[in-house]
Amino acid sequence: MIYWQILSYAAWIISGLLLLWILVDAISVSREFDEELLISSREGVDEILDEIKEEGGIK
Amino acid sequence: MTAETKAAENPQRISMFKVLNPFHVWALGVGIVLVGEFMGWNFSVAKGGAYGALIACWVIGLLYSCVAMIDSEVTSTVAAAGGQYTQAKHIIGPLMAFNVGLFLVMAYTMLEAADALIVGDLMSAVAAATGYEGLSPQPFVVLTIAFLAWLNYRGVFMTLTVNFVITLFAFLAIIALFIGTDPLNPGNILRHSDLLTELPYGWIGVVASLQFGMWYYLGIEGTCQAAEEVRSAGRSIPLGTIGGILTLLVAASLTWYVATGLMPWQYLGQAATPLYDAASIIGNPSLQVVLFIGTMFAAIASANGCINDAARAWFSMGRDRYMPTWFGAIHPHYRTPFRAIIFLIPIAVSFAFTGLLDQVITFSILSGLLGYTFMSINMMRFRKMWPLDVIKRGYIHPFHPIPALVLLGLCAAVYFATFLGYGASLLSIMAFYIVASAWFVMRRYQFVKRGDQFTMPWPRPRGY
Repeated sequence: MIYWQILSYAAWIISGLLLLWILVDAISVSREFDEELLISSREGVDEILDEIKEEGGIK
Repeated sequence: MTAETKAAENPQRISMFKVLNPFHVWALGVGIVLVGEFMGWNFSVAKGGAYGALIACWVIGLLYSCVAMIDSEVTSTVAAAGGQYTQAKHIIGPLMAFNVGLFLVMAYTMLEAADALIVGDLMSAVAAATGYEGLSPQPFVVLTIAFLAWLNYRGVFMTLTVNFVITLFAFLAIIALFIGTDPLNPGNILRHSDLLTELPYGWIGVVASLQFGMWYYLGIEGTCQAAEEVRSAGRSIPLGTIGGILTLLVAASLTWYVATGLMPWQYLGQAATPLYDAASIIGNPSLQVVLFIGTMFAAIASANGCINDAARAWFSMGRDRYMPTWFGAIHPHYRTPFRAIIFLIPIAVSFAFTGLLDQVITFSILSGLLGYTFMSINMMRFRKMWPLDVIKRGYIHPFHPIPALVLLGLCAAVYFATFLGYGASLLSIMAFYIVASAWFVMRRYQFVKRGDQFTMPWPRPRGY
């Protein structure tokens, strides 16, 4: 059936557009922002960890 | 505006958004797993018969209950993306952390590939049912991965909200199927008295079935990867994880009960989509549609969660220089590990294009199993080095060290079961990780900043 063939082509095209969008955005972000900023994240903290810090690390 | 100007205006660090709640954690864990109820678990029936599959369901359920309890306790103190990788880094050491990180990335990427392959195969099956034979699954495989990668790229909140909706639908589909079998009147639709037989291959068959019992629960440990993006990880991760394993124990038991009451073990053991087949046998067209959509949603939810988790594990390794730091970047708008997400897309597509579903899944299961083995050792060390009265936990699991010992023993049993059916794969995977470890020690470890590894505000461990 032609319907399934069209659906297959549509899947390829939509996939291509999505991947292209991701790539273009990633390249533009990498150009626009300083690399040091992009890789500046550090391991997360949580309120329980904040409590531990406040208590000097020891319960 | 130049890059220098922007950097000067934003001297602060960027981090992932903390926007998730326990429902998202539940959706991440259960979403990755639930596809195993719709297909895959039934291969345990081929090895051990219906009763053997039930034993596998509950024995492996015990294994994963231990995993969920241990993960909940450790993650409630190590609130960082990377999950078990970060735990290994803090509690055991760099080489174990590298291996655990690799286990996670490989397990989730392989599972993602298998899920996408399932979506493609389902589309081909629908095409065949409507009279169009030979539809290639490849465009639908790529579309699944591309769409979910795009969703993950755009932000974790929408990603896991979507996962919550489709996972809940898939879970309710199993409940609907159970209700549709008229469970209050045994013998009316369900024929357990006729279909349940003796163990066809004896107890060795039951042991062999343990490997496929993993399908019921494989991936629930993925909840840990949300630790850096969840509000109050110390409380949300245990809630989402324990809620998730309870959901899966119910779903797995219902799945076994319905399927073994409708199909003989000889058929069930090789069925591609056992729950959809069960709905077909009942003969209710609405239920068939619900189960088909449930199967599709379960596979998509699993792939979605796998992209989320694999990317965070890879990102964390990049952030700690276990891999190039380039991968440790966060998107300044969406606050997602965007380069890790992009990097893993072609790898997942390549695995999916091999079409070797069973080999891909076996690699995923074994990588997961290696991770569970680590967890039992990790838990023992964690409690020994930082006892309960030394650091605060968001959750404390009961009966230590019994869960860790039970987990270790059950992992050994599953290794043996895997060796019976996939000995060559097991040895190949072990060889792969040994080679990767050698590369890390000889080439990569020189880039790791040892002083930056320990980030948790814990006191000096006991014995040091």
